Amino acid sequence: MCGIVGLFLKDKALEPKLGAMLSEMLVSLSDRGPDSAGIAIYGAATGNEAKITVQSPKPDRDFRGLDADLAKAISAPVSVAVKSTHAVIRTTPDKVDAAREALQTLRPDIRIMGAGEAVEIYKEVGLPEAVVDRFDVRAMTGTHGIGHTRMATESAVTTMGAHPFSTGADQCLVHNGSLSNHNNVRRELIRDGMTFETENDTEVAAAYLSNRMAHGKNLGEALEGTLSDLDGFFTFVVGTKNGFGVVRDPIACKPAVMAETDQYVAFGSEYRALTKLPGIDNARVWEPEPATVYFWEH
Amino acid sequence: MPATTMSKAEREQSHARVFDLSQHSLRELNQALHKLTPGSNETAWEVLNPKGSHSVAVGVDQPITIDVRGSVGYYCAGMNDGAAITVHGSAGPGVGENMMSGSIVIKGDASQYAGATGRGGLLVIEGNASSRCGISMKGIDIVVHGNIGHMSAFMAQSGNLVVLGDAGDALGDSIYEARLFVRGKVESLGADCIAKEMRPEHIELLQALLDKAGVTGVKASEFKRYGSARKLYNFNIDNADAY
Repeated sequence: MCGIVGLFLKDKALEPKLGAMLSEMLVSLSDRGPDSAGIAIYGAATGNEAKITVQSPKPDRDFRGLDADLAKAISAPVSVAVKSTHAVIRTTPDKVDAAREALQTLRPDIRIMGAGEAVEIYKEVGLPEAVVDRFDVRAMTGTHGIGHTRMATESAVTTMGAHPFSTGADQCLVHNGSLSNHNNVRRELIRDGMTFETENDTEVAAAYLSNRMAHGKNLGEALEGTLSDLDGFFTFVVGTKNGFGVVRDPIACKPAVMAETDQYVAFGSEYRALTKLPGIDNARVWEPEPATVYFWEH
Repeated sequence: MPATTMSKAEREQSHARVFDLSQHSLRELNQALHKLTPGSNETAWEVLNPKGSHSVAVGVDQPITIDVRGSVGYYCAGMNDGAAITVHGSAGPGVGENMMSGSIVIKGDASQYAGATGRGGLLVIEGNASSRCGISMKGIDIVVHGNIGHMSAFMAQSGNLVVLGDAGDALGDSIYEARLFVRGKVESLGADCIAKEMRPEHIELLQALLDKAGVTGVKASEFKRYGSARKLYNFNIDNADAY
């Protein structure tokens, strides 16, 4: 089943509440997927700082002294903010690749959840309530974000199998459905230089979009491509540094509701997820059409 | 979708039993509705704060009225047998699934498979319905003021589907004997579904349905009729090589 949510703010006054609003939306869909949950939140990019969200099965061991070790390895300033099993590493944008490489030897058990100038990604096994509490998501501010609560079908229930999946700088994706040609598409993407962390079908969809955008497509064009190149059931909600997109497969049996006001654009697998948003009673509420790309950019 | 609100005077006059889903559980509501027996005086019910809840007022089998003030989630009013249920908002997937008799009115939009497998009664959707509206309908009448999505009336067996707007792709795929009336354009017809002549008896039937659904300002003659070509009823021996 799975439940997915997305929230793209137009009104800056709501930015301090993004984490709280998105958490509320995700928790309301808990019974659509009890296996794992995750959230990606985009803060304003400053242009002179990059963030790498990492996860460790042994955070006490791996995060202790990480800032000093990594700063020394990449010869650049590094800060590390630990949140439970995750940590956000901040450094200069030109050092992201060097930091990724250094982490492999400095802390081989660390897994990278995502990186970019704006995005932070938190995901773990467990119910949405437990996951948003663990990472204090309610206190987070930002411009837009997406979330997912998972009922696993295509791969194991693990932290790395949880959504959102991020396969490119500031890009991430959540998915309700299942893909049937993901093995083939994965092989094609590997041939084109993409790398994969899991056997999960959704990671393939995320990598497909990153690959298309790396080839010069914009978010809308990349989403359009999923309709011909991905086979299976899907409702995707996608985030980029300054954008937010939605697409459903042509059969469109995976549910989707959207709402738009002057203050925000919101997505939920069900209307339940939207009921506590401000001004929802007067929002334009609609079901996104099958095989139709919707996207908004700041 | 703004929820329609009654004035205080209207509320007092209605003597409705008010059930607030922000105060009571959905199970309490449905159990209270299921406990009603023939001749009960509690014939008018009002449900507040549904907030997208699933299965609101399913399995009601008494001729009562239920006004739901707000939008509902999956399976609202499923299996309805005799009640007149109005949703003053939009409905999620599967509204009125397998209705037996009575009526359901959705003031807003309805999601996928509205009225699926319905055996009787009248389902009116005043907004749009999305995909698979009336899938496998078996005698229900469905009137949609707006448009309907793709694969509507798939394997529809009997009953009438009336659409004042447009229909999506593959309307009436593998249809049996249901009648489909569409006023706007049809994106495409499904396998074995064809346009048919509107004879006087169809005009009469359609006008009666429009009247029953409270549709005004629209003439039955503005619709086209679609139904089964009956080519899939029997196996065609010439297709044996295809299997």
